[in-house]
Amino acid sequence: MNLIFESSVAGRKCVQVPPCDVPEYQLPASLTRQQAPHLPEMSETDISRHYTKLAERTYGVNNGFYPLGSCTMKYNPRINEEMASLPGFTGVHPLQPEHTVQGCLEVMALAEEYLCQITGMDEMTFQPAAGAHGELTGVLLIKQYHKMRGDTKRTKIIVPDSAHGTNPATAVMAGFTCVNVPSNEEGGIDLDKLREAVGEDTAGLMLTNPNTLGIFDKNILEITKIIKDAGGLCYYDGANLNAIMGQVRPGDMGFDVVHLNLHKTFSTPHGGGGPGSGAVGCKKLLAPYLPKPHAVAGENGYTMDYDLPQSIGRMKAFYGNFLVVVRALTYVLTLGQKGIPEASRNAVLNANYMMHQLSDTYDIATKGHCMHEFIITLDKMHKEKGVTATDIAKAMLDEGIHPPTMYFPLIVPEDLMVEPTETESKTTLDEVVAALKRIHAMAEENPEHMHELPVKTVIRRPDEVKAARTPVICYHFDK
Amino acid sequence: MGSYVPSTMEERQAMLQAMGLSSVDELYDAIPSSVKLQGPLQIPEGLSEMEVRSKMEKLAGKNKVFPTVFRGAGAYRHYIPSIVKYIPAKEEFVTSYTPYQAEISQGVLQAIFEYQTDMCQLMDMPVSNASVYDGATAAAEGAAMCRERKRTKTLVSATAQPDTIQVMETYCQAANTELVIVPEKDGKTDKEALKELLDDTTACFYVQQPNYYGLFEDCEELGQIVHEKGAKYIMGCNPIALGVMATPGQCGADVATAEGQPLGMPLAYGGPYLGIMTCSEKMMRKIPGRIVGETTDAEGNRAFVLTLQAREQHIRREKASSNICSNQALCALTASVYLAAMGPQGLRDVANLCLSKAHYAAQQISAIPGFEMVYQGEFFHEFVTSCPVCPQKVMQALEEKGILGGLPLTGDKKGQILWCVTEMNTKEEIDTLAETLKEVAGK
Repeated sequence: MNLIFESSVAGRKCVQVPPCDVPEYQLPASLTRQQAPHLPEMSETDISRHYTKLAERTYGVNNGFYPLGSCTMKYNPRINEEMASLPGFTGVHPLQPEHTVQGCLEVMALAEEYLCQITGMDEMTFQPAAGAHGELTGVLLIKQYHKMRGDTKRTKIIVPDSAHGTNPATAVMAGFTCVNVPSNEEGGIDLDKLREAVGEDTAGLMLTNPNTLGIFDKNILEITKIIKDAGGLCYYDGANLNAIMGQVRPGDMGFDVVHLNLHKTFSTPHGGGGPGSGAVGCKKLLAPYLPKPHAVAGENGYTMDYDLPQSIGRMKAFYGNFLVVVRALTYVLTLGQKGIPEASRNAVLNANYMMHQLSDTYDIATKGHCMHEFIITLDKMHKEKGVTATDIAKAMLDEGIHPPTMYFPLIVPEDLMVEPTETESKTTLDEVVAALKRIHAMAEENPEHMHELPVKTVIRRPDEVKAARTPVICYHFDK
Repeated sequence: MGSYVPSTMEERQAMLQAMGLSSVDELYDAIPSSVKLQGPLQIPEGLSEMEVRSKMEKLAGKNKVFPTVFRGAGAYRHYIPSIVKYIPAKEEFVTSYTPYQAEISQGVLQAIFEYQTDMCQLMDMPVSNASVYDGATAAAEGAAMCRERKRTKTLVSATAQPDTIQVMETYCQAANTELVIVPEKDGKTDKEALKELLDDTTACFYVQQPNYYGLFEDCEELGQIVHEKGAKYIMGCNPIALGVMATPGQCGADVATAEGQPLGMPLAYGGPYLGIMTCSEKMMRKIPGRIVGETTDAEGNRAFVLTLQAREQHIRREKASSNICSNQALCALTASVYLAAMGPQGLRDVANLCLSKAHYAAQQISAIPGFEMVYQGEFFHEFVTSCPVCPQKVMQALEEKGILGGLPLTGDKKGQILWCVTEMNTKEEIDTLAETLKEVAGK
């Protein structure tokens, strides 16, 4: 299809700007733009149809099953969207006087209260705009804690080798060096290796539990104790919180700070890559270092507290992705005390059921029950038939199913990471299991054909090497 | 209580049975019993959709939405055409994730490619990423991409938005590097001070255009000063002003960033907004975040993919240029639709309306005794005046008329007001503002 610039017609217009009702002012030539930007010139009809076509070429949770492991692609309730578009929220300037924004401050205070309950934390900030941003915030809290105690030798953050790439990248961005600790067979931390790795230079540990293999690390109390005994703090990466809400809380497992992905666990949409919200909760000992400002309840209503002399500073302009917090609060209010644990229990039930139904056909990377996601490995099939995880994923595209996360975690070869979430019915799971079995049979029978897939999509496999070698990253207009 | 779990109790039972289990509890047996949560979560009982709506509407009702706004300072109220609200609300755009599977994500990939083109055009720069969190983090990431082994110090003008400076400070401190604020002189960057502060260890200098006080900085000259000392030059721009003002490309910027909120995003109490990031060809492999590139598929058709991923955290881990994984895709889409709806002429018209109305307002306000223009330079749609009475008194009088007045400044600028006027403010509103100020000053 055309790029919007290829459909542009000189002189065509969409929005008309009202006439100027004051004397016109002109900038001196030295400050003036020399050449107008090449922006599309379109009618409203053109624009509407262009983007409708693009929407048709985009696959969302609303289109179908989206088991992208570690991303928690649950259904995004429409009521959340509607509440986030209330003019009482969208029309508020961030620098309005406090007495005119009491509703916004209450939203943040309520969300903080409920999410702290769910995670076992004491205070929370909503400044971070995404998970990775939350990680940076959390690790900076740990850095500030040691700094304020004059403990300057703690320069290392421990990260398991199964961790998401953001963890080591975050540690380095926060000025630490990263120590990788190997995993045991279940993807859990190797306790002996952890004991060897800690010392007087340990600032903290970054961990997700359930881990990236979808297994709850049963040694969790021992792990956090090893770090604490060495004088470090424990950071909980909330990527996998959807498995355990209402069952166990990071705060009770020995974690001092946690980031949540409101766009995963709390049903706010991913929007094609953002905006999300990486809320960060912490225990009392880290609270003085939270980013400023922080919404607090006072005698005469809510206020923004800027008087935080030990704060790590600001992570983002204003107060974070506020409308995402509105959506998450709507979700928590809807589900409530019973619904939140029910969501997690069904996420775990769905994952186990799907894993069980597939286990006679596909190799599962782990033993025993999983949490909210599980890992298929195509290692054997790859060695025997030359069929890769990518081939299976591409075959799923032709079945109209979004593939799972591919080639993550890095410690399992040829893997697919499947996270069905709780918002899929048994009917859907059964259909997908049947489709995956068809694909498996096809791979056994005709492995060569698998490399040709997909054939039913709007494009075939793209040449990624060419894209990276000769980058074309914007449209080039004919001069 | 609401629930989004579709399986019936019977279906759940059937799933357990298939696995030979009797309860979901058995699936949680890896959790040590000593840490298992005893008793219910201390949060309220769930609500029906009707009850939730009522509760959220009450919360929204506790805010005051001003019909007339003369406040900016980093967040700007512009007209948002209907089409700009409807298109990014399409469910496919809302509910998809980062386009890892290119074959079923051509729509969102093409939208980002078009966004990157829009940004290259708007900023007059050759490279754009798929966006970052907001203008402040874009500035901070911009500084990070300029750092080299021996050049680690960041300079930032005191005339940048305070939140931006503070975020840059957090990021610089995180990386154990120094941030130095270049003082201002008459509301603009002090060029002599800049020359003195630039040295062999300086990685970059960041300036905002127009600056926090609404004034146009001498951006071309600043760029020359910075480059003479071998440092990189970062400009943070207002995207609406770019409809008329000299571009970062014209001024020789190495990196150009912007807060994209004015391009179709509501004020929304500060977010979500959009971090625009562009750079020179030379710095392409240092820019953080997602980038979409054009390529061909197995049959030679045009196709779009996420590209240059060797920079990113999921490949490079601790060697990545940043930990960022996502972008603000839906906000980027909003900006693209806004620019398509306005077109080149519409964008220029809006910029000219802002410029003309702000100058009319400045004239009307500064004609009132006690409200003098604090600075003399050329400005876009914001300006600072003195105030003959306590600014709080002025704000109160304006609030009674449904007007959000300018921002009372603090610190050594206490007693001054930063005003903002956009195309949303009619002549009538500006005249009412001036009359009210006259009344307050006369009391």
